[in-house]
Amino acid sequence: MTKVTMTVNGKTVSAMTEGRTLLSSYLREGLGLTGTHIGCDTSQCGACTVHVDGVAVKSCSVFAQDVAGATVTTIEGMANADGSLSVIQQAFQDHHGLQCGYCTPGMVMASAALLASNPSPTEGEVRHYLEGNICRCTGYHNIVKAVLAASGQDVAAVAAE
Amino acid sequence: MPKDGGIGASTKRREDIRFLTGKGRYTDDINLRGQAYAHFVRSEVAHGRIKGIDFAAAEAMEGVVKVFTAADFAGVGGIPCGWQITDKHGKVMLEPKHPVLADGKVRHVGDPICVVVADTYEQARDAAEMIEIDIEELPAVLDMKAAIEPGGTLVHEEIGSNLCFDWGFVEENKAAVDEAFAKAAHVTTLELVNNRLVANPMEPRVAVADFESHSDQYTLYTTSQNPHVIRLLMGAFVLGIPEHKLRVVAPDVGGGFGSKIYHYAEEAFVTFAAKVVKRPVKWTSSRSEAFLSDAQGRDHVTKIELALDAENNFTAIRTDTYANMGAYLSTFAPAIPTWLHGTLMAGNYKTPLIYVNVKAVFTNTIPVDAYRGAGRPEATFQLERLVDKAARELGVDPVALRRQNFITEFPYQTPVAVVYDTGNYHATMDKLLEISDHAGFEARRMESAARGKLRGFGIAHYIEACGIAPSNLVGQLGARAGLYESATVRVNATGSISVYTGSHSHGQGHETSFAQVVAEMIGIDAAQIDIVHGDTSNTPMGMGTYGSRSLAVGGSAIVKATNKIINKAKKIASHLLEAAEGDIELKDGKFTVAGTDKSVDWVGVTLAAYVPHNYPLESLEPGLEETAFYDPSNFTYPSGAYGCEVEVDADTGQVTVLAFSAADDFGNIVNPMIVEGQVQGGLAQGIGQALMENCAYDENGQLLSGSFMDYAMPRATDLPMFNVDHSCVTPCTHNPLGVKGCGEAGAIGSPPAVVNAVIDALIRGGHDVKHIDMPLTPSRVWAAING
Repeated sequence: MTKVTMTVNGKTVSAMTEGRTLLSSYLREGLGLTGTHIGCDTSQCGACTVHVDGVAVKSCSVFAQDVAGATVTTIEGMANADGSLSVIQQAFQDHHGLQCGYCTPGMVMASAALLASNPSPTEGEVRHYLEGNICRCTGYHNIVKAVLAASGQDVAAVAAE
Repeated sequence: MPKDGGIGASTKRREDIRFLTGKGRYTDDINLRGQAYAHFVRSEVAHGRIKGIDFAAAEAMEGVVKVFTAADFAGVGGIPCGWQITDKHGKVMLEPKHPVLADGKVRHVGDPICVVVADTYEQARDAAEMIEIDIEELPAVLDMKAAIEPGGTLVHEEIGSNLCFDWGFVEENKAAVDEAFAKAAHVTTLELVNNRLVANPMEPRVAVADFESHSDQYTLYTTSQNPHVIRLLMGAFVLGIPEHKLRVVAPDVGGGFGSKIYHYAEEAFVTFAAKVVKRPVKWTSSRSEAFLSDAQGRDHVTKIELALDAENNFTAIRTDTYANMGAYLSTFAPAIPTWLHGTLMAGNYKTPLIYVNVKAVFTNTIPVDAYRGAGRPEATFQLERLVDKAARELGVDPVALRRQNFITEFPYQTPVAVVYDTGNYHATMDKLLEISDHAGFEARRMESAARGKLRGFGIAHYIEACGIAPSNLVGQLGARAGLYESATVRVNATGSISVYTGSHSHGQGHETSFAQVVAEMIGIDAAQIDIVHGDTSNTPMGMGTYGSRSLAVGGSAIVKATNKIINKAKKIASHLLEAAEGDIELKDGKFTVAGTDKSVDWVGVTLAAYVPHNYPLESLEPGLEETAFYDPSNFTYPSGAYGCEVEVDADTGQVTVLAFSAADDFGNIVNPMIVEGQVQGGLAQGIGQALMENCAYDENGQLLSGSFMDYAMPRATDLPMFNVDHSCVTPCTHNPLGVKGCGEAGAIGSPPAVVNAVIDALIRGGHDVKHIDMPLTPSRVWAAING
């Protein structure tokens, strides 16, 4: 067992890990940050997406020991400092971009990464970027709307009602 | 305009706050002090005899607490089936044993053989690899028609046949149906497969159990759509635990779509094992394990025929279906291809004579049960493909042929037992043609053609029976449970309200929409109302959420309980206001004596109920808490017209869904935003079935589609924006809110619309293609184009 230290949601944290411990397990079991969800075992669903040094990463595809010292943001670190929902989180609520909530943390993290690199994406760009995140509830319609709305675009213009 | 937070308002969902901030509490987020971890060792072959299990080395490994096999479950009941079908000869279905762990034989890939319980998840997995299981492989029973030929391999030797039942409905109509076919001016025949699907809610199943020896109290946390049903089935039939000693909690649940209705062996295992090893036991399914252990859906092979007279009126329908049960009977499996399928074969049409035959067959595959729609998508797909094919054979417009045969008068008694209370199928069809710009299709087709692409438009009209179900009726049909719903409305002293519902929300937004109903009825702010669900220790016995029943049945129970509250509150108000009870009016949270300005507000009444100093104690109990059970008198019958527009690349067979429009009639709507979300999600699953998803086994019964690498889940790039309308409203006549179920409609109506659109594109492109079985993958479409 090795102690792994990193910065998660602005705090320096550490937990004991085996070599095979995935970042997703480190966050969930080691740190108790259960907002990061596990939806598959083939790195296909994206429910476990977090930011590692600012980049969206499926945390089930990374060993915790390989990202020792990194700066990680999880869904628990996405709200505004006063606890209110951030723009992207608020857009998901406003546009009913979630139902069961299980894929939602990964969707929010992936969407935030998209908007950081492409502040005004087209509908097609949103869909393409989110291809690695599976949602079984929404049919993606309202997720796409939420991301476009979070980017400040008029969703009525791009999304049929 | 509806009031914000009241009925009809697109109130934002309150549950979203915790889900968007990582504060949801799903079952896998629950860890009990001192818990051990269970890892299931599952069969790698589809059919075999267990000759021996050597687990001595595993049990000696560090951290291993115990290895369980079937021998540990000698005194324990099997996993029960909740529905008994009586076949066309009056014989009850064959019902094989379903042990918690495989006993003597394995019957599908994934059948659990033994379980390692260890201090850590990793230790349990490592130890499992040391277990040696000697299995004599037997031939796998896979093809349904071959399976019921005499003399073949049996999945369960002790029942003597692979034919679970041979159901005829309505058997008394069979001769008249055959006669109608003999006299028909035209007969259209279609043979098709309704592909096997995997529900795949994004949260895999999890179960954590604890046993407290000092109180003999078991607690099971599980990913369930219906914790009371699990408590009843597991307590009474498997483990012999009385309900008062068993608490079942289904906390936040990450989607279900049917697959989390059933009582599964893993739930019984962790509950049983927690007592044996004297510490909590947790099992978390991996996605790969979910593919091997969650009940799967659909899997029908059908021949359907339609008889028409010389004026193109439908005169009879006859169907012959083989329905795959898999290796064991899952909780509601026998009801799906029978009562949830045969009763829907009238569709939207006034066909006077219908006969449905269903042969349910055991195979060496994972059990099959309800998946979103459950029987109704199978019925709708057959019927709506058949009507389209008939229109082509007759050279008439498929919309016109549908309209000519639409049921127009309600209530309507179908020849397949159910009575539709309301509907207006011409209205939904009109609305669909409008919102899909059907009139502009030809111009769009020309534009596609100019780019070398084939464009097609497909229509389907569906009816479904949901809001299940009248208990006395389903009892006659073989259900071993009632299908009422329950609610307790607890008004607190200072006026806030906790509503305890037997329904369960796993994405449907009950915490928001149910609160809207109560807020509207009493006239207080919805923020004053909490909806509590998912825990058998505080909710009244309820049957849970499936069959698009939560608002229609569970919501009705809430209305009923709230009405009891209002009636009592009026009595209290009449005392406080010194007026006759009949003169008290409740509006906007205020009780007023009619025609006067004398009033008392909501909190004045609730305080009086709990601080009864000035109170009619001689005639009225203190407190303000009421429970109601609501048993529906009929199903609800949502209906709708769906239109799909596709483009096909004839060179590759690739189908692209360009547009999908849905015009639904759900009766009255409580929260339009949530209803639209339900339809959009259902459409995605239906389009997934039509074009992508397929649960495939090889000739040995190995599951080929066992992960998200192989099972094609619809992704954001596979789907268009949806055009969803619910402005056609014929309120349900028999529940207090006038609501119909909306949860399954999208998945029911969309597959035939998609397939009809692809066939339309191919035919318009000059390719003589009659049918392609789902999923319409590029290779299948290409093969159809190229003969």
